[in-house]
Amino acid sequence: MSSIKIYIPGDSAAVSVGADDVAREISRLANDSKIDIEIIRNGTRGALWLEPLIEVQVGDDRIGYGPVQVADVATLFKAQFLSGGSHALSLGIVADLPWLAKQDRITFKRVGIVDPLSISDYQAHGGWVGLQRALAMTGEQIVAEITESGLRGRGGAGFPAGIKWKTVLETTGEVKYICCNADEGDSGTFADRILIEGDPFTLIEGMAIAAIAVGAQEGFVYIRSEYPAAIAKLSAAILIAREFGVLGGSVLGSTHSFDIRIRVGGGSYVCGEETAMLESIEGKRGVVRSKPPLPAIAGLFGKPTVINNVLTLASIPAVLADGAGSYKSRGVGRSLGTQIFQLAGNVKQGGIVETGFGISLGELITGYGGGSLSGKPIKAVQIGGPLGAYFSPKNFDIPMDYESLIAAGGMLGHGGIVIFDTSVDLAIQAKFAMEFCAIESCGKCTPCRVGSTRGAETIQKIIDGEEFEPHKRLLLDLCEVMTDGSLCAMGGLTPMPVMSAMINFPEDFENRVGGTK
Amino acid sequence: MTHSPWSLDVAMALLEPLRDEPGPVLIALQAIQGEFGYVPSEAVALIAGTFNVSRADVHGVLTFYHDLRTIPAPPNEIKICVAEACQAVGSRELEKALKATYAEEVCDAFCFGNCALGPAVMVNGKLIGRATAAKVAEEIK
Repeated sequence: MSSIKIYIPGDSAAVSVGADDVAREISRLANDSKIDIEIIRNGTRGALWLEPLIEVQVGDDRIGYGPVQVADVATLFKAQFLSGGSHALSLGIVADLPWLAKQDRITFKRVGIVDPLSISDYQAHGGWVGLQRALAMTGEQIVAEITESGLRGRGGAGFPAGIKWKTVLETTGEVKYICCNADEGDSGTFADRILIEGDPFTLIEGMAIAAIAVGAQEGFVYIRSEYPAAIAKLSAAILIAREFGVLGGSVLGSTHSFDIRIRVGGGSYVCGEETAMLESIEGKRGVVRSKPPLPAIAGLFGKPTVINNVLTLASIPAVLADGAGSYKSRGVGRSLGTQIFQLAGNVKQGGIVETGFGISLGELITGYGGGSLSGKPIKAVQIGGPLGAYFSPKNFDIPMDYESLIAAGGMLGHGGIVIFDTSVDLAIQAKFAMEFCAIESCGKCTPCRVGSTRGAETIQKIIDGEEFEPHKRLLLDLCEVMTDGSLCAMGGLTPMPVMSAMINFPEDFENRVGGTK
Repeated sequence: MTHSPWSLDVAMALLEPLRDEPGPVLIALQAIQGEFGYVPSEAVALIAGTFNVSRADVHGVLTFYHDLRTIPAPPNEIKICVAEACQAVGSRELEKALKATYAEEVCDAFCFGNCALGPAVMVNGKLIGRATAAKVAEEIK
């Protein structure tokens, strides 16, 4: 009889709430009882409130239990969990959990399911199909397919990926680069990390397709130092991919050569801005560059460079494997395909929700999220990271797509949604936005470097109960200067959380007395 | 996370394989800090000489990145996420409590990508989700 397969996520989020200890305990008790088990450290399914979520392979199904703590393991054995026995933590067939079943997983289809470093598992779940198709196409054909799919940059800017690739393809140059931005610094976002930890070959495949499309031989992944497990997983996956022949002198036996290097960030938020990232990969201070020239024309080391976010590149294999038509059949308007939303902060059921664009904010927060963790009413949500807008439950009918969010005075960003209950004070949050900008500004533009400090001081005066109107006028003026006078999104978008907090939550700013409301 | 005492020979051996890397200054500084726990001033001159850049350039990179330090690390490194998602679940209160107990061993960080299971604290490289002062205490040496 073959050993019983048990899946215990090795993802950092699961490990942060005890998955390693649970794995050790299961291993120990199985060993004591002489039961033959095989523990697979998969990625997370993304239902993070259920972590550690362990799954047992029973026939064709994977039966789940969670959240499991070490103290539960003995009772799980008693309940015969290895044959799917019933227990207080039983979740049934994991794929049938409504939270997962109603999602539309395209980019994340393998995450949480496969063994992240098993190339045979990757292949068995549709891996390399997109790359093989790309190898039979010309660069122009690949670029046309990506353009046709409607895929836009998932890092935040939402620029059409195909158009960016076309620029690089049409720029002549012996040396071109593919740079993957894995500097996922926005609070409330973790999809890049979970994808890299749970299915790193998808990113490698996406980068290889990009390289073949534009004629690049070398790629860099710029990944934050705050993600040590993702760095380790991707490093291991790159070595395996070289051995397998996906990376190296001949990509899957073709005449294309492509290889990937990892560069680790230095704890600087602004290095997630694409030109600051290029400077950092070049080993310099992460100071933003002026555009033009576009990185697509003169990017890394002055060469034509494709810069895409992890999620953009990781969506490429599915677009090529299933065709542009399948991808663009999802979504709404000019926001086509699926978006990987991340529910974070004070939320009962936080995690990854991949679904077509156009789902309402309320459906994400109350439907998937299940409301606040604390049980108190939700007062505010911030969409799109620290540079994104604060909305109130009045705005829960906003459809979640690029254009609707812009129309509502916000932005989708990297798809993170941070939920706050009634204990939040939006004036304090607005001040934090300015303080964060002051700490993380690269220092190049005065409105960002100095304006952020002056902004924080001005909001403090409002918090202290000084006369509101003149300080408000000053703040509006300052926000206008920052928005219009900064080179990049750091200074240019810091006013967004500040202004949206003032517009949507005026009661937190007006008539304050000595630091209270 | 044990670190070696400063040694010029060890440092030179660390930098040698980086000669072929494009744009080596940041990765050289990271390698030095990984080995010694900080970047001693001797290393700045060594990196400048090895890669033929000015000491000012190396200093510029060293002082830009929050991760890089010019003094030895404290016995415990406690990084608390103070970004919005963790603020929403009480990181400001936890930050105060940790700083009262562990003082300069605590430093602020912005996001470990554990935003659905906050507050997030990293103690000596180990990430703790749904962090509390008690959970942090268990990890302290």
